[in-house]
Amino acid sequence: MSDRPKPDRDKAAEEARLRAVWANPGGWRYWTSVNNMQVGLWYGSAAFAFMLFAGLLGLLIRAQLAVPENDLLSAETYNQVYTLHGTVMMFLFAVPIFEAVAIFLLPPMLGARDLPFPRLGAFGFWSFLIGGTFVCGSIFFGAAPNAGWFMYPPLATSEQAGIGADIWLLGLSFIEVASLAAAVELIVGIMKCRAPGMRVNLMPLFAWYLLIVAGMILFAFPPLIAGDLLFEMQRMFDWPFFDPQRGGDPLLWQHLFWIFGHPEVYIIFLPAIALLAMIIPTFAGRPIVGYSWIVLAAVGTGFLSFGLWVHHMFATGLPQISLAFFSAASGAVAIPTGVQIFVFIATMLAGRVIFSTPMLFAMGGLAIFVMGGLTGVMVALVPFDWQAHDSYFVVAHLHYVLIGGMLFPVFAGLYYYYPLIDGKKMSDRVGRLAFWFMFAGFNITFFPMHLTGLRGMPRRVYTYPADIGWDWLNLISTMGAVVLGIGMFAVVVDVTLHRRRHPRGKPNPWNAGTLEWIGQPEELWGMRSIPRIESRYPLWDQKDLAKSIHAGEWYLPHAEEGYRETLVTSVLDAEPEQVLRVGGTSYLTIASAATLGTVFVALTFKWWIVALIAGVAFVAAVIWWLWTGTGAIPEKEEKDIGRGVSLPLYTSGVKSAGWWAMFITMTGDGTAFASLVFGYFFFWTIHDDFTGGVAGPGVFWPMAALALFAAAWAATLGAREVNRRGGVTAARVLLVAGALLSIAGCAAALAGPWTTGLDPTAHVYPAIVWILAIWAAVHGAVGVLMQLYCLARSLAGRLTPRYDMELHNVALYWHFMLVTAVVTFGVIGLFPEAL
Amino acid sequence: MRHLLPKEVETLWTLFTAPVVWALHFLICYVGAAVFCEKPGFLGMDFDNLRIAIGLVTVLALAVIVMSAMLAWRQWGFGTDDPPHDDPTRRDRLLFQGYATLLLSGLSFVAIVFTALPALFVTGCLR
Repeated sequence: MSDRPKPDRDKAAEEARLRAVWANPGGWRYWTSVNNMQVGLWYGSAAFAFMLFAGLLGLLIRAQLAVPENDLLSAETYNQVYTLHGTVMMFLFAVPIFEAVAIFLLPPMLGARDLPFPRLGAFGFWSFLIGGTFVCGSIFFGAAPNAGWFMYPPLATSEQAGIGADIWLLGLSFIEVASLAAAVELIVGIMKCRAPGMRVNLMPLFAWYLLIVAGMILFAFPPLIAGDLLFEMQRMFDWPFFDPQRGGDPLLWQHLFWIFGHPEVYIIFLPAIALLAMIIPTFAGRPIVGYSWIVLAAVGTGFLSFGLWVHHMFATGLPQISLAFFSAASGAVAIPTGVQIFVFIATMLAGRVIFSTPMLFAMGGLAIFVMGGLTGVMVALVPFDWQAHDSYFVVAHLHYVLIGGMLFPVFAGLYYYYPLIDGKKMSDRVGRLAFWFMFAGFNITFFPMHLTGLRGMPRRVYTYPADIGWDWLNLISTMGAVVLGIGMFAVVVDVTLHRRRHPRGKPNPWNAGTLEWIGQPEELWGMRSIPRIESRYPLWDQKDLAKSIHAGEWYLPHAEEGYRETLVTSVLDAEPEQVLRVGGTSYLTIASAATLGTVFVALTFKWWIVALIAGVAFVAAVIWWLWTGTGAIPEKEEKDIGRGVSLPLYTSGVKSAGWWAMFITMTGDGTAFASLVFGYFFFWTIHDDFTGGVAGPGVFWPMAALALFAAAWAATLGAREVNRRGGVTAARVLLVAGALLSIAGCAAALAGPWTTGLDPTAHVYPAIVWILAIWAAVHGAVGVLMQLYCLARSLAGRLTPRYDMELHNVALYWHFMLVTAVVTFGVIGLFPEAL
Repeated sequence: MRHLLPKEVETLWTLFTAPVVWALHFLICYVGAAVFCEKPGFLGMDFDNLRIAIGLVTVLALAVIVMSAMLAWRQWGFGTDDPPHDDPTRRDRLLFQGYATLLLSGLSFVAIVFTALPALFVTGCLR
């Protein structure tokens, strides 16, 4: 076993081969690329474009409010403009920009060739683009959502809301799918695809933050998806989830929305802080002070942020003790937030700070954010909140938090990381000018809003009278907005025009210490060879690392079999475990996103047939994608990755990336399900008799469904075990039996509410029972597809006792399915009996 | 003291013990109060019993946190080494995990005390 690669390697040929394997197709087929650098750039550019669009809407808002009694916009147009401004900024910019940055940055930062599921990343991007264009485009037809970015019923369930509400609900549900896809990709990528030796104590802080954020997405977005489902059922089919006259309650929407909405603020904020955690050590010229404290802050904030949602609902009449719990948690979250800021200050004090353009944006952002944080502590106090609720004070607060905590750090990141795109820095002169315009413009716009709010100006009014002391404050805000807009425009000009004249700079212009600066922006392979990492700042501490990486002296320097490959390593110590072959260029990602997008668009306009056809096409595209792109049996057991290390090319079960992806997806799915169950019990708590006098689905059918699903689960598990021991035929029989049992289970699930004649439009109780039963049945149907997929793979010889990844993943799905069945049928069948 | 602690587990998940305890405690307090105030007939007791129950759950939760903190302290080598724990060794990785877990235990302890405080001061289902 030698420590060095064989001397007779033809490095030039190796390099050419590697380059060919990772190359993008030319011409219009360029858009079928799935490489993380392309997808990250497209994603980021799209999110930026949406941000500029929403920024223009913001300027329209300010123009309308500049003077009292203004008639620039009608009330209806104004409603659409501010709703879309908030919606686009939150859903189409703030969250996606970090998925974009993460997809672009994480592989080079972690020393991976690509993320583990590049096609999933591309699918997420196309979904985002389609959904985002659909939502934004609506305003040009006067059909944009107009009920505020949080879509409160009863306003948003009324006729007044028009089709805009459907566009919001369906368009954004579609984008949430993209976010969940990104979460899967990021979690598996960070846990399993780090360079050898990059133990958890050496991981870049950006990766720590993104790991926490991706975990938060799994628990925060699904409640909103569940809420969207209930909401759309009410709008389309008149199921009365939020209609008090039939037992519903608008407050349920507020709960579901804010269980999503508050963590979302931190989902936005933490990645921005993560950028600062990369930028500040570089310009302080030293490692971060208090690495563990940052991890504490990231994890702590991630958890505590789920205990804050009711502070958006202080004025809804909940018992004071409930409000106090949330007020307490809102106070507690200030601790980890503060820790991060002190860590940054300590790092700067301990080093010698270079005040570059990225640092200017970073410092400006922190200053603004601290002020927003302080007003945040104010509104976390219930009595103060009752005074400030729904006033411009809150508008000021949220813009200080989001622009200071997110927009400025993103601009810092843009200036810092731009050289990674094409080796050129952005203009320092323009950057500094832009910063001062933005910083001054921001404060001139939003500081006066604290005062307008305290003077009583409510949010979302399209105009106001002249003589109540709001006029001059509003005029100042509008002037500030123009200054802020000029600053942003300067950056846009810099990005699009100015830099073309710049010469290419050094590969690591800021002399940063982390691996992403290894610097070959023109190459698509990510890393020429994958090094062993021994430091938090490998470029500072590991001598000649860049040279040896570029010389192909490390692991996996070749792609002789012609596949795109990256390393899978262990979670804690990043010991190499597997060579993972990832998907390459494909139309399937675009086809899947386009068909799924068509489903959502067709549903908005109630084109049922189109929706059905597109749905079938989507399922077909996904099956084709899986069949051709995943689980291929490799031509050999192991691959030599250099330096005397050989790794398996195929793993199944808990060691495989696919298993983790299934686990993470189903965790998110389980959260959505839990939100629906929460709805069931929510209705139980608010009514003396939550059934509204309606007889339930009975006990027999729910129990029958449970028994059938349990049997299907056992058959699937049995198939996995029998197959593993070589009983291929028996496994196939068990899969068929499992599929038949689960089809019967689906029928029994629906038979409960069907045979007892529950009318979901009559009262909320039958409606929520139906929703739970349908949820279980749909999941059962997906389970059938999976069982039949495994059967087909087995028959085609693509699933064998040795190569059985699909069966492991499907068995994992069925574990979750079993839990879903136990809870669903236990709740709808037995709970009413227990009362 | 050392021999009283259970065997050491080596996984990423121990990091999240204390915050998970916080989350469960928070959920129990919130759900308990919500059900009590919405359905006084269902639990059938007066508000002081709810406050006592919250107190008991809090003590239990804090005890678990202290336990998790002690395990973390052991993983951190009982504080024999100072941070930053950035050597490329299994030992430093363990020390880092222990230290971070210990810090999180501290934060969760404070956050649980914060959550429990309202039960000291609020005496009924006021709205």
